[in-house]
Amino acid sequence: MEIKDRIREFIVANCLFGDTSTELNDDTALLDTGIIDSTGVIELVLFISEEFGLEIPAEDMLPNNFNSINRLSDYVQQRILVTAQE
Amino acid sequence: MCGVAGAINLTRPQGTPFPDLHAMLSMLTHRGPEEAGFYADGVVGLAHARLSIVGVNNGLQPIPNEDGTIWAICNGEFFNYVELRDALRMRGHHFKTASDTEVLVHLYEEMGWEAVRELNGQFAFALWDSRRGRLVLGRDRIGVRPLFYTLFNGQLFFASEIKSLLTCGIPRRIDSHALAQVFTIWSPKAGRTILDAVSEVLPGHLLFANVGSPDLTTQQYWRLTFPAVSEIERRSTDDYVEEIRATLADATRIRLRADVPVGAYLSGGLDSTLISSIAQSQLPHQLHTFSVAFHDQEYDERTFQYQVARELGTLHHVIECDPDSLRVALPDVLWHTEVPLLRLTPVPMYLLSQLVHKHGLKVMLSGEGADEFFGGYDIFKEAMVRRFWARNPTSRVRPQLLGRIYGHISDLQTISPEFLQRFFGQGLSETQLPYYSHMLRWQNTGRTTRFFSPHLAQSLAHYSVIDDIAAGLPADLMDWEPMARAQYLEITTFLSTYLLGSQGDRVGMAHSVECRHPFLDHRVVSLSNSIPAAMKLRGLNGEKYVLRHAAQGIAPTNIIARQKQPYRAPIRSVFSGRPLPEYAQDLLSEQRLHATGIFSPEAVKLLLAKVQNSPALSEVDQMAFVGVLSTQMISDYFVENWDVHAASRRRELHMTDVGAQVA
Repeated sequence: MEIKDRIREFIVANCLFGDTSTELNDDTALLDTGIIDSTGVIELVLFISEEFGLEIPAEDMLPNNFNSINRLSDYVQQRILVTAQE
Repeated sequence: MCGVAGAINLTRPQGTPFPDLHAMLSMLTHRGPEEAGFYADGVVGLAHARLSIVGVNNGLQPIPNEDGTIWAICNGEFFNYVELRDALRMRGHHFKTASDTEVLVHLYEEMGWEAVRELNGQFAFALWDSRRGRLVLGRDRIGVRPLFYTLFNGQLFFASEIKSLLTCGIPRRIDSHALAQVFTIWSPKAGRTILDAVSEVLPGHLLFANVGSPDLTTQQYWRLTFPAVSEIERRSTDDYVEEIRATLADATRIRLRADVPVGAYLSGGLDSTLISSIAQSQLPHQLHTFSVAFHDQEYDERTFQYQVARELGTLHHVIECDPDSLRVALPDVLWHTEVPLLRLTPVPMYLLSQLVHKHGLKVMLSGEGADEFFGGYDIFKEAMVRRFWARNPTSRVRPQLLGRIYGHISDLQTISPEFLQRFFGQGLSETQLPYYSHMLRWQNTGRTTRFFSPHLAQSLAHYSVIDDIAAGLPADLMDWEPMARAQYLEITTFLSTYLLGSQGDRVGMAHSVECRHPFLDHRVVSLSNSIPAAMKLRGLNGEKYVLRHAAQGIAPTNIIARQKQPYRAPIRSVFSGRPLPEYAQDLLSEQRLHATGIFSPEAVKLLLAKVQNSPALSEVDQMAFVGVLSTQMISDYFVENWDVHAASRRRELHMTDVGAQVA
């Protein structure tokens, strides 16, 4: 499964509880629409760490990295590269 | 304190039988376990279950006037009955009892319905005026005591609790709008209940039922109001301090009036400490104080409670709430609240009143109301900071103040300021909305409606709780200070409905314990409403500024300096990481969820998995879980399996018939 799909699946199950009536495309703003709340951010960080085996440094905890499925996916891909190079 | 119930033939012929008044009262015996009294003629029936506090030996109700043309029953107290009785005696009225309820009967003879304006108290009464063929139902100004009613087949039924009305065979259906209200503002809006057939008399209102007329009329006799910005009187801090001290001392003094000992609830915060301090200084004997402690240290305040008790020299009692005791008590609590909950905060208060009852006390003072009227809540600070930030929306520094307000919410401490800005920045510039202060909270809580079934969601598609509330706001609200607007919303949508109901009267009376609230004395209310907002909240650490000053020299110094810790109860430790209690497994099974039809079984299944296993559970997730579980239980109790539960909960009455039983 693509990174995007894995992230979407997690959000639909854990933040939307299977609700498919809420619009959720790859660019939907997750924070501004309230799909992700303050605890949701922490859930996402835990999910990404476990699912992709990544460490997320505190300085990366920015709304810009979290505000859509596309952004999250880009961020995860970039972290995978960085981690591989280290 | 007591339970009241009754019925009247409005458009049915005189002599049409009432529902069984004994059966109605048998649902209220926890409110008044000591005596039962009845009055019935062909038109009206009144029933009263008594908990003796004032006029212990001769206060049996219903109480008539001299010639038996007026009869009254009351739940609650008129604290100024001594002064009123003296004045009425001077005017030639004869009193047969020492009960405060008798004052109402004679005062009504003198003044008609306007008599209610003379009463200083917390009450819900029914008064039958046979000369005019009129029944008057009345409720205190803020809504401390409950009073429900329903019109059914040409008769009006009323009672202190909904379960009493259900013995009359009225329709039992959940009101979908009320459910949406619960899942947005934590309770049905004032006047509504979770059942569509049942209403509640509004605080500060009278309701008139006239024989022969199918229509009920209402009269608002008191209004919660604040001065327009241009009309605010500005006095010195010392001036306010002096008046607050005097008013609060008198409000406490008249609330110590009882023929039985009065104790006090003590949270360890400023408000209850101040009330306990004032009470102890006025009493010739040692005050009994009671408090809730939590096994879960994040919520526990016992260090401060013991310290206050030691300094004041009270006899202190503590109930420690652990996760198991909260799990076990929840079903009983919901039987009493008669409305779904989104939080467990009423449960510890239920266990606390049980402890009070074990110690043989029936009356408790509380500090309830100080946060609303003197500016103690975080939501007032949040609104202040957002307004400040909205004047310079690009500021990076201003939103950081928000993290400081919610120091007790750990998630907000671990995320970055940039996120904080995102979460609190929603609707930032909409400062002209009358509900600006509460918009974020309501929107967040409203996310719990995501679990509604498609069918229910569909039926609510054109209903907005927030618009509904906005439509009922006073016309002059926008002339008040922003803080006064926030106070008004907090008082009318949360204090009167949730705190005084589910977390107050119901869980206290579950164990025959009456709470008295000096801060809700209407003289204190009117004084505090006249004080400028800047005197109540001064900067982020300046909550209850003028009240703190008033407490100097009365309450222990370090309690006065202490930052407010909101009263909260754990949810996670009660339900996470282990199997759900049996009642929850049953009520939340796919089969039961389908049968009730309120929630989507698929969504609830995902929620349950998260509650039990997820390392991170948001505030909204926790509210949703408690909301779904408690709604299922309320539906089970009062809609689906009412007959079974009613049969097992009904209690015997101690009978004493009063008046003519004609019908």
